[in-house]
Amino acid sequence: MPTKVLMPALSPTMTEGKLAKWLVKEGDTIESGDVMAEIETDKATMEVEAVDEGTLGKILVEEGTDGVAVNTVIALLLGDDEDESALKDADTSSAAPPPAAAADGDAKEEAPKEEKKAEPAQDSPPAAAEKSSNIDASKHDGTEAGPAPKTESGERIFASPLARRIAKMEGIDLTQVSGSGPHGRIVQRDIKKAISEGTGKAAGKPAASGAPATSDQAAAVPPAGIDEGMLGLLPEYESVPNSGMRKTIAKRLTAAARDIPHFNVTADIEIDALLKLRKQLNDREGADYKISVNDFVIKAVALALKRQPDCNAAYTDDAILKFKRADISMAVAVEGGLITPIIKDAGSKGLAKISEEAKELAGKARDGKLQPQEYQGGTFSISNLGMFGVKSFNSIINSPQGGILSVGAGEERAVVKDGAVSIATIMTVTLAVDHRCIDGATAAAFVKELKGILEDPLQLML
Amino acid sequence: MADTKFDVIIIGGGPGGYVTAIRAAQLGFKTCVVEEKHMGGICLNWGCIPTKALLRTAEIYHYMQHAKDYGLSAEKVGYDLKAVVERSRGVSKRLSGGVEHLMKKNKVTVVDGRGKLNGPGKVDVSKDGKAVGTYTADHVIVATGARPRALPGIEPDKKLIWTYFEAMVPETAPKSLLVIGSGAIGIEFASFYQTMGVDVTVVEVMKQIMPVEDEEISKFARKQLEKNGLKIMTETKVTGVKKGSNNVTCTIEDAKGKTQEITVDRVISAVGVQGNIEDIGLETTKVKTDKGCIVADEFSRTAEKGIYAIGDVAGPPMLAHKAEHEGVICIEKIAGVEGVHPMDKGKIPGCTYCHPQVASVGLTEAKAKEKGYDVNVGRFQFLGNGKAIALGEDQGLVKTIFDKKTGQLLGAHMVGAEVTELIQGFVVAMNLETTEEELMHTVFPHPTLSEMMHESVLDAYGRVIHM
Repeated sequence: MPTKVLMPALSPTMTEGKLAKWLVKEGDTIESGDVMAEIETDKATMEVEAVDEGTLGKILVEEGTDGVAVNTVIALLLGDDEDESALKDADTSSAAPPPAAAADGDAKEEAPKEEKKAEPAQDSPPAAAEKSSNIDASKHDGTEAGPAPKTESGERIFASPLARRIAKMEGIDLTQVSGSGPHGRIVQRDIKKAISEGTGKAAGKPAASGAPATSDQAAAVPPAGIDEGMLGLLPEYESVPNSGMRKTIAKRLTAAARDIPHFNVTADIEIDALLKLRKQLNDREGADYKISVNDFVIKAVALALKRQPDCNAAYTDDAILKFKRADISMAVAVEGGLITPIIKDAGSKGLAKISEEAKELAGKARDGKLQPQEYQGGTFSISNLGMFGVKSFNSIINSPQGGILSVGAGEERAVVKDGAVSIATIMTVTLAVDHRCIDGATAAAFVKELKGILEDPLQLML
Repeated sequence: MADTKFDVIIIGGGPGGYVTAIRAAQLGFKTCVVEEKHMGGICLNWGCIPTKALLRTAEIYHYMQHAKDYGLSAEKVGYDLKAVVERSRGVSKRLSGGVEHLMKKNKVTVVDGRGKLNGPGKVDVSKDGKAVGTYTADHVIVATGARPRALPGIEPDKKLIWTYFEAMVPETAPKSLLVIGSGAIGIEFASFYQTMGVDVTVVEVMKQIMPVEDEEISKFARKQLEKNGLKIMTETKVTGVKKGSNNVTCTIEDAKGKTQEITVDRVISAVGVQGNIEDIGLETTKVKTDKGCIVADEFSRTAEKGIYAIGDVAGPPMLAHKAEHEGVICIEKIAGVEGVHPMDKGKIPGCTYCHPQVASVGLTEAKAKEKGYDVNVGRFQFLGNGKAIALGEDQGLVKTIFDKKTGQLLGAHMVGAEVTELIQGFVVAMNLETTEEELMHTVFPHPTLSEMMHESVLDAYGRVIHM
């Protein structure tokens, strides 16, 4: 039997992708580890490496094909002792149901079957019949508990066997339960809590899972577009198909703009002292770094979040998650969109380290080489368009985070100080926050803190 | 003057206190333990450990008496009681020294003296009535332990009526002995002295010996103990004692009110322990007590902010391993360690080292039914296990109790050789929340006694192999 080459899931949230390019052709000898194809996911372009060895027998999905579901068979590999005839009756069905959309349907189909199976055990008469009915019970239970459950995107959910079984019996969807056991493992008490609170019912509306993972699926995108008649009235245009990234941007930002009650707080920040300090640092003899204003902003935001931790938060239906660390997502413009790599725990890192990481992440972002963990899971975002000379702007929140800071250009402006006009370098920043978890006074206090730090940047050295 | 300001002061250096101190030090707290007598507390010096040394002697003595069963010859088998006691004391001494070393290694300050609260955050220490100093800390953990309880009219006098203190270090072996109480302490001493050739009678007021254990296990153990020569009277109480010059005459009354008199050389009073809550300055704080114990919440916090209570003084089950775990949770909660959960007291194992041994965790069959569980019960006898027969220990029982609905392991109860070492397998299983399925799919090594644990689980679901 030829070996199937499957469409891989290259990130936890990937459900489908575009097969951008084949790097091998039919008849090529493939060794394990060879790069076979490039796949464009919702976030980036990635390379697919061969797991098995053999000769590439047939390509089943042509390059340029969009929306290839994860686990679709994209090619067949022939083993040493196989020739092309083996391809004819090869099974090209997907190895497993694609974990995203189809999983729902499967679960529904399976559930009633299992309920039926469990019946004989529950109805078992006591006493004499006890032992024999127990045999049935163990057999059914044995198959039902099954392998470890997975999230929609295929991540394993860690849950104790007892928790899994009770969840199944009570119809609790484990993806809706947050675990309180070691390393977030779901244990019996979590299921009991879910039952008593009525959360996590498999059929119910998705409740907050607690984990601030990317929530691409959180909201469906309302149909967008232009009606046919209107198209004819428009001038000549070129139609550029939406990339995976473009679709994700559209989906997530539409949901965020629609569902998150945004409000903005703006402040002017004098950065002359900061610029002076930056020059001093960068001019130091033997300096192997070049710290940018943005690096200062990243560090200052992390510090301000530490001092105003209420702003380092995410809203869920059940609780406001207050993060104990500031992981700063920085928006980086890339070909065809933008992506937000993360400076993790920026508050504890020095400016040189932040500068180095920011440079490296931005480079990887532009090259499409970011790993999922490098752009998923930040707690607060910064978008800096200062290099374009803009004075100020607003951003849409990077859900599920609670806030995003928009940073404008530092420019000389006339300011009135002590009754006299003087010149200072001013940078305008605008904070957008999720009003569900951050209120006006909290947001203002954060901006005040940030302004204080950036105007007295020596604090960053402490 | 030495440093008197600490982050954490622990009053009492028993298993709860010293383990908490080490964990506190690991978490970066500047920690102090105040101990009046010896590090390691009762457990290490007058309880768990030295009794295990005595019982090991009894075990070997028993095997020597039965050498023939194994094809061996042992003549003139006897013992030197002084050497037996010396060995037991030596074991305690070695471990107590070990604990002192651990304190040094973890940079825990040990203050020699009796600690007494003087309001929140303050501990006065005195030694033999003389003030040593006053120590302060943000967090004070009371771990003062417990002491033997006494029945009115049968107060221990250390000479004729013993507590575990005297029973641990006998100068001569009494010819006859009456043990009041058949909990772990009573039954272990009864088993020890009986094996050493003393005529021992156990009197228990409850319906069964080892009243916290599963009824079936208790009955099984009783039969074995009686076969060894132990006399056991249940639903019976000692209503009075008359002390002679070198013996005691006890009046015993059974459930029907019938009385009889038994004259014995010595009496061991083993009617439980009570918390040490007196003279530790609780009155200078808002700390509340109830039934002889300090009232504390699931994280050992008392009614006074900054004062905590762990171990025996914080209430039952009064077991060293409960105290240790309670202390660790308490200090981790203070330190704000993430993911700290209260201890599940339903999953604390208990071990009794009589011959045969008894070990258990979780609910008894009766308790499980009382709680409304529909249960599957599995049993496997030592008779069906190759290793047990090879060991010459073919009398024992492994009993498992499952919730029929969810397959949750509710309880495990064992009696027989080495079961105190086996029980931990079920404890881990319970804490990881396995169901019968994982236990059935676990490979148990052959030939071991542990195979009986597997078989017992299989039996609960009608799939037992070797029975």
